Amino acid sequence: MLYDWIIDVLFWVAVVFLAGGYVSWRATRLDRLHVRVETARAALDAALVRRAAAALELAASRLLDPATSLVLATAAHEARTADADNREFAESDLSRALRAVVDQPEFVGTLGARADGDGDAVLEELSSAAAKVAYARRFYNDAVAQARIARRKLLIRVLPLAGRAPLPGFFEIDDDPPGI
Amino acid sequence: MRVGLVCPYTWNVPGGVQQHIRDLAEALGALGHHVSVITPADDDAELPPYVVSAGRAVPVPYNGSVARLAFGFLSAGRVRRWINEGAFDVLHVHEPAAPSLGLLACWAADGPIVGTFHASYERSRVVSVTAPILQSALEKITGRIAVSEAARTTLVEHLGGDAVLIPNGVATERYAMADPLPGWPGRGGPRGGDDAAPGGALGFLGRMDEPRKGLQVLLRAFEILGRRRPALRLLLAGPGDADDAVARVSPELRDRVVVLGMVSEQDKIRAYHSVDVFVAPNTGGESFGIVLAEAMSAGAPILASDIEAFDRVLLGGRAGALFPAGDHDALAAAAGELLDDPARRKQLSAEARAAVRAYDWSAVARDVLRVYETVALDHGGVVESGLGA
Repeated sequence: MLYDWIIDVLFWVAVVFLAGGYVSWRATRLDRLHVRVETARAALDAALVRRAAAALELAASRLLDPATSLVLATAAHEARTADADNREFAESDLSRALRAVVDQPEFVGTLGARADGDGDAVLEELSSAAAKVAYARRFYNDAVAQARIARRKLLIRVLPLAGRAPLPGFFEIDDDPPGI
Repeated sequence: MRVGLVCPYTWNVPGGVQQHIRDLAEALGALGHHVSVITPADDDAELPPYVVSAGRAVPVPYNGSVARLAFGFLSAGRVRRWINEGAFDVLHVHEPAAPSLGLLACWAADGPIVGTFHASYERSRVVSVTAPILQSALEKITGRIAVSEAARTTLVEHLGGDAVLIPNGVATERYAMADPLPGWPGRGGPRGGDDAAPGGALGFLGRMDEPRKGLQVLLRAFEILGRRRPALRLLLAGPGDADDAVARVSPELRDRVVVLGMVSEQDKIRAYHSVDVFVAPNTGGESFGIVLAEAMSAGAPILASDIEAFDRVLLGGRAGALFPAGDHDALAAAAGELLDDPARRKQLSAEARAAVRAYDWSAVARDVLRVYETVALDHGGVVESGLGA
């Protein structure tokens, strides 16, 4: 009879141990997703900064007419200085400004034809920066979607496994790159 | 940049994924990056210097067919060691949802991981059942790429989240040069006709019995144009029942329709070089049109239907003439004009060769590199993951 009692205890110890291990594994996964969201956000911010810098560089390059320069510089400046509430609108405006500028007839050809190759280098930088914004935003929203799915799971809602990490929000902008 | 590519399927077995990885590895290498590929391979297989074998793949039934996959402790250990020794800046896993090396690599690594999803399928029970098991490994992928819109839809439906679209490249230089098929003039040669009996050669490549490929539109146009041009010939290549297709042509024109049927890769390239005008009469359902890209790489003057995908690839008509989809009268008229205008054909050919460069592997490699640079931003590179993570 004594042994039955011991086996019972051992059984429940094992159950608690396994449950603890499972919860800890789930917590590790959730933590990893949160880290991924943060890393992706940092990459997205870096890509946006780089794109604004590339737009400013083009605006300041003396390769353009002054009106085009002004349109680009204004949009890039707005995007850089917008507060959190207006960030998405300002970045979308920069995308539209870039497309409007680059889609001017013969724009790429004219700029690329500059003898010293400056035009090509600036265009290449801009094209790369714009593409990376689109990639970084997809990857960030992908991470956010998965983190949000994980946060909705019963276990995560019942136990405070998410800690005080805020529920991450999607970043929605128009990021269609200019046709370079 | 140090890149580790993970191939899930046996290297020497022909397949789309393996071909993709080979082309990508070589394009990245040509750009001066360090590339290492780990793949299942047979023991006696000859491997390029940048390929590391993870041992033999085992045929197992998986998802409704028998797949050759590499799994188990031995493969896992080899992947782990390769990751450890490679000191990669980024790990690029192909088809990570297959129970093979890709999944093992996700499991064994921490850091910037890019995953490319190739397959597309309807919602299947297998995937629904396995999704929770996959989830913990796939969660580690920081950047997802889909090679087609269909692959992206599959990914989104089964696993949630999103992916960027980077389509497969075309090895354009493979198509650039070839001799015309025997008995066919090739471009710039004699046109097989004179002013009294104008001729020329039209070409078509695609499934003959698939209505959306539009062969029936082309044959109806040939009925019209073949009577006006007594020496006009039509070259048809592609799988499917050809007898059925040719039976629709009136008997007096039938001997000028040459059916090659299913052709080898080499003959396909020669076919592109054998015709005066390559016709893509598709009526819809194409997302990109690999055939069009191949014809453009070969520099064939193209006449294509104006469906959205073709309009985009052909730059709105600059790199190839367009006609209203499904309209055989318009097709006949446009083809006749092109055959009478060698200067315009030459111009279209040059524009096509230039335009297709956007789909070359070097352009794909550039986009993939941008993905690497996005995810590998100020990171410590790829490190071995702790066990059980």
